[in-house]
Amino acid sequence: MIELEPPLLTIQSLSKLYGRNVACSNVSFDLWAGEVICIVGESGSGKTTLLNCMNGTLTPSSGRMLYRTRHTGMVDVATMGDAHKRLLMRTDWGIVHQNPRDGLRMGVSAGANVGERLMAVGARHYGDIRSQAMDWLNRVEIEVDRIDDLPGVFSGGMQQRLQIARNLVTKPRLVFMDEPTGGLDVSVQARLLDLLRALVQELQLAAIIVTHDLAVARVLADRLFVMKGGDIVDNGLTYQVLDDPQHPYTQLLVSSILQV
Amino acid sequence: MAVMRVRNLSKSFTLHEQGGVVLSVLNNVSLDIMAGECVVLRGASGCGKSTLLRSMYANYKPQSGSIEVCHQGLWVDILSAAPRIVLEVRRRTLGYVSQFLRVIPRVSSLDVVAEPLRNIGIDAPSARARAAAMLQRLNVPERLWSLAPATFSGGEQQRVNIARGFISQSPILLLDEPTASLDTENRAAVIALIGEAMARGTAIVGIFHDEDVRRCLGTRQFDVAQARLT
Repeated sequence: MIELEPPLLTIQSLSKLYGRNVACSNVSFDLWAGEVICIVGESGSGKTTLLNCMNGTLTPSSGRMLYRTRHTGMVDVATMGDAHKRLLMRTDWGIVHQNPRDGLRMGVSAGANVGERLMAVGARHYGDIRSQAMDWLNRVEIEVDRIDDLPGVFSGGMQQRLQIARNLVTKPRLVFMDEPTGGLDVSVQARLLDLLRALVQELQLAAIIVTHDLAVARVLADRLFVMKGGDIVDNGLTYQVLDDPQHPYTQLLVSSILQV
Repeated sequence: MAVMRVRNLSKSFTLHEQGGVVLSVLNNVSLDIMAGECVVLRGASGCGKSTLLRSMYANYKPQSGSIEVCHQGLWVDILSAAPRIVLEVRRRTLGYVSQFLRVIPRVSSLDVVAEPLRNIGIDAPSARARAAAMLQRLNVPERLWSLAPATFSGGEQQRVNIARGFISQSPILLLDEPTASLDTENRAAVIALIGEAMARGTAIVGIFHDEDVRRCLGTRQFDVAQARLT
């Protein structure tokens, strides 16, 4: 079949070592626009290290990462200037942290948390910024009259939704998420999952999501990677990996799910 | 005209959790599916009917063989194609109705049914209108449309599932016991729906335990147990 467009992101032989310990080794894959990949694995499997190498938080020990920018085509992220990289991270990429306090500015209002990212890409008109912030609070189901509250007075689920609004307001094409539903009540998780699922579809977002929850992967991901000891040991369409797991570790993972 | 070609398909399961036991289920199975026919997969329980059906949707990963689907005039081997190509084939060409509906929290029945249309770019109002008509045909009461199907009865969930499977009029449909939990009236509605799809040229491959359904719809039987032996 004819490939009309190149991938959005290409990872080539990416490895990260901590001293002599291999955190993730020789990872390669392509991600296309609008595709959602979940990475699952036990603690210490290297999934968060891999995510952080890709989102610019960590520097990989070796390997390449190419990103298709809006204007200049495929660019090696390592050779990108700092200013260019910062702009990319503020506009085209989003990073959703497990703990919303790591991704929000706790000292400014909910509205300012959303508006700040717009100002970083050049928005200056106060009325426009405020109305876009209101629109986004509404989309993530936060009452608009809470716009001037500090995030500290929000519940954990609301903080997480606010962090998502802050990231999506600049219409990124790629979002990195680390355990976005971790630490939330089950009922709050379901609401967040449904919201994420709808937003990913509506905005045609590509996303790389680290989770230890296979149910999250089933609801959100087109493709699933299973990591163990720094390697991707299973990968494929999410349902195929979960319904016909190949690797012993994936079989263990799937057979360990408790049936409610 | 063939729309799907299964060639030399072999599938076994290695149970690493249980001492590495290997279960060989399909051995060198070949099968052609033509437009407008309804192929009934037959054979005793455990002979591999579901394994074959799930492999034909690329939900299982066979060890060898190929499964080619005629997708918009091109033949695509869904066992070797990239994941996003398989997803595209499923969106436009290859549908699947599972035995049970997998419920997503908080999504209404109407949106569950409309989703396959939204995924091929149809606008929300048209998709919802078609979803409503489909739910109506399958006798799902209108008061349930705005509710998430989690609390529905087995038969109601299954009808939502069938509505979702049939709404985008895929040229090939794989059905895993679609009528299992339905009463006579609703079974008749589903048989009519399948019959109309066949008249449009849709190819159907299905597992039906109900003899009536097999007699009404089946244009050909494929004995999976026999195919294993040959």
